[in-house]
Amino acid sequence: MIESLQERIRDAASRRSALRLRGGGSKDFYGNAPRGEILDTRGHAGIVDYEPTELVVTARCGTPLSELENLLERNRQCLPFEPPHFAASATLGGCVAAGLSGPRRASAGALRDFVLGVKLIDGRGEALSFGGQVMKNVAGYDVSRLIAGSLGTLGLIAEVSLKLAPTPPEEITLQLEAPQARALELMNRWAGQPLPVSATAWHGDELMVRLSGAEPAVRAAAAAIGGESIDNAFWEGVREHADGFFAGDEPLWRLSLPSTSPPLALEGRQLIEWNGGLRWLKSKMPAHAVRETLHRAKGYATLFRAADKSAGCFAPPGPVLERLQRQLKSAFDPAGIFNPGRLHAER
Amino acid sequence: MNSRDVVAALREFLPERAILHAEEDTRPYECDGLTAYRQLPMVVALPETVEQVQRILKACSALKVPVVPRGAGTGLSGGALPPDDGVLLSMAKFMRALRIDPLARVAVVQPGVRNAVVSELAAPYGLYYAPDPSSQIACTIGGNVSENSGGVHCLKYGLTLHNVLGVRGFTIDGEPIELGGEAPDAPGYDLLALTIGSEGMLMVVTEVTLKLLPKPQCARVIMASFDDVEKAGAAVADVIAAGIVPAGLEMMDRPATHAVEQFVHAGYDLQAAAILLCESDGTSEEVDDEIARMKAVLERAGATRMTVSRDEAERLRFWSGRKAAFPAVGRISPDYYCMDGTIPRKRLGEVLTFIAAMEQKYQLRCPNVFHAGDGNLHPLILFDANDTDQLHRTEQFAAEVLEKCVEVGGTITGEHGVGVEKINQMCVQFGARELALFRAVKHAFDPHGLLNPGKAIPTLARCSEYGGMRVHGGKLPHAELPRF
Repeated sequence: MIESLQERIRDAASRRSALRLRGGGSKDFYGNAPRGEILDTRGHAGIVDYEPTELVVTARCGTPLSELENLLERNRQCLPFEPPHFAASATLGGCVAAGLSGPRRASAGALRDFVLGVKLIDGRGEALSFGGQVMKNVAGYDVSRLIAGSLGTLGLIAEVSLKLAPTPPEEITLQLEAPQARALELMNRWAGQPLPVSATAWHGDELMVRLSGAEPAVRAAAAAIGGESIDNAFWEGVREHADGFFAGDEPLWRLSLPSTSPPLALEGRQLIEWNGGLRWLKSKMPAHAVRETLHRAKGYATLFRAADKSAGCFAPPGPVLERLQRQLKSAFDPAGIFNPGRLHAER
Repeated sequence: MNSRDVVAALREFLPERAILHAEEDTRPYECDGLTAYRQLPMVVALPETVEQVQRILKACSALKVPVVPRGAGTGLSGGALPPDDGVLLSMAKFMRALRIDPLARVAVVQPGVRNAVVSELAAPYGLYYAPDPSSQIACTIGGNVSENSGGVHCLKYGLTLHNVLGVRGFTIDGEPIELGGEAPDAPGYDLLALTIGSEGMLMVVTEVTLKLLPKPQCARVIMASFDDVEKAGAAVADVIAAGIVPAGLEMMDRPATHAVEQFVHAGYDLQAAAILLCESDGTSEEVDDEIARMKAVLERAGATRMTVSRDEAERLRFWSGRKAAFPAVGRISPDYYCMDGTIPRKRLGEVLTFIAAMEQKYQLRCPNVFHAGDGNLHPLILFDANDTDQLHRTEQFAAEVLEKCVEVGGTITGEHGVGVEKINQMCVQFGARELALFRAVKHAFDPHGLLNPGKAIPTLARCSEYGGMRVHGGKLPHAELPRF
């Protein structure tokens, strides 16, 4: 299977013909509009290695994310970054390529923090291996983490090894009433205390906090925080954008900024996660106005879901970073065949 | 380019005290923590401002003169070995903590700030900086970023990579760049992840934003004895299998505990073939719960004796031996050679047996201390550098162990870096195509190869020479096979 993927890539490279790397298509909406001939990765699937005592799993790109998570769950382990699926068809390769993390990101870390190794097919059709299956590895540049979130523009992720965590034995969600500024302060305060907070969210003057860990620790923290208990399923709604907040035709912006930034004066509705570091915005405001506000807040505005993405999905990098990123792209993909334009504007 | 021209170029903007070029002044910079490799730098520059760093880089890249950045020089792989034809760029004067923000839980520091200082500055707010390499009282944050340093708490709290939010600095051309920052998930490629651990070969860092964590309310450690090294190794896997991620999980074999006990009197069980130190931290409820679970697992795994630290003083005493392991070994042997391979935990027993066989083969002693939780081994080969045959046997011994680490699915370096020391073993770890891509990455940042040249990434010619040598000795298994 890997040989046939390599063959397709070599052929496309020789013709300088664009390839659109695609798993289950669950994140087709994300990034700038994809173009090129579809290269379906779902045939290259399956768990390669999983031993729970190693806290590591290695699987091929086409492995359905749900299948992987079910396997881990049976062993009381999980992907600590809680990735969104956005559709039942989501694959592991797409998950790593998109690099998106879920509600646990502020406490556990981002997807890239858990990538230990990748096997990659580069733009020459070469099969390359970086990193490995061990927790600590500083041999060579950290290419496997560079690949995370590169939206398939550097190569086809054929296989990936991820660090895992035990599933917390106990988990509860509390809801408190708090206006935005107060909620931001509380979330950041809690994060600075030894409390087992695993997720926070704020919307419509309600602050939600999830506690995860050993039962006695969760119980003690719940007593300290107060509020009323609600269903843990709330987090899945936020993670998968199934929550009522995400309904409606307005463009959806993903705003990333320092967590302690005061409330942003933007038109529309906001849902806050990650102690204030991630703010979802449903708004019809012009793109330049949103981006200017975030630039002033030392953050970034990503046009996450919108019918019209002519303003570009991602905030453009400055000239030096732009040059470095372009040179890296051509180091991996000299013919420029992988997902052209999906991450960076084409030149 | 000769020394006089470089000095003249630097004098244009640097004060006299910031340029060292007389041998008596440059001698202290001839090596880092790996003293087996020494080289006098042509010139040492000690800038005091960010603008001076930028101008040094601009001047050196215009003159095509190599630049090697250096922090405290505590690195163990020769990553800061100076250039005899270039400038050693010491960041030692960048010692200011610029900002501590307790609510945002970040510290913004200059690269010359020492690792331990960050936690000291954060302590009044109940916060700390998690990565704690054993050299933390001396090593600098800039050096930690270059090497992606670890420590004894990595399994739970991660490496430098997981605890750095952003860096600012310059490319070799002196162009300012800022990677990451307090806002999560900067758009575009994750150049921050690429830069951390790049051994100072991609950029020069002038400012680092660190993540601070709440200091756990309490911590307790179990000291468990085993009558067999393999049983201790299996116990490590059992702890993880039980769904526990210990704050620290360290192992020492009998030769190591004996060396240490003479030095610091940590109270180790000298009868045991190996001891494990298994730490829990968190709220007092969490710690009580976890210690009870760990004890049950270790008991089932065959621990012959267990002691749980009763108070902070006792906890620190148990750790004092582990943290003093290297200097303690330094007292029982004229020299020692520290390895840094990482292996999958399940292969621990096999690799320890292999190391014991190598002790016989090369007639050299090798105590073992290691970060068992994350499979990072530090076998310490004891030798006398004045005996050239011993030195030669030590190098052969080390090479075989590192190659064994690769063979079982691990790596030649878990936290010390490749530097100049393990550059030959990079040819065992990676194939020609991966190495070519590393060079292309380097080229994207530094097209003329001026920043820390000759470190970490071997040339193809070097690999074919090494491969030829090793194959000739019959040591390198399947050198002809691609490693995919």
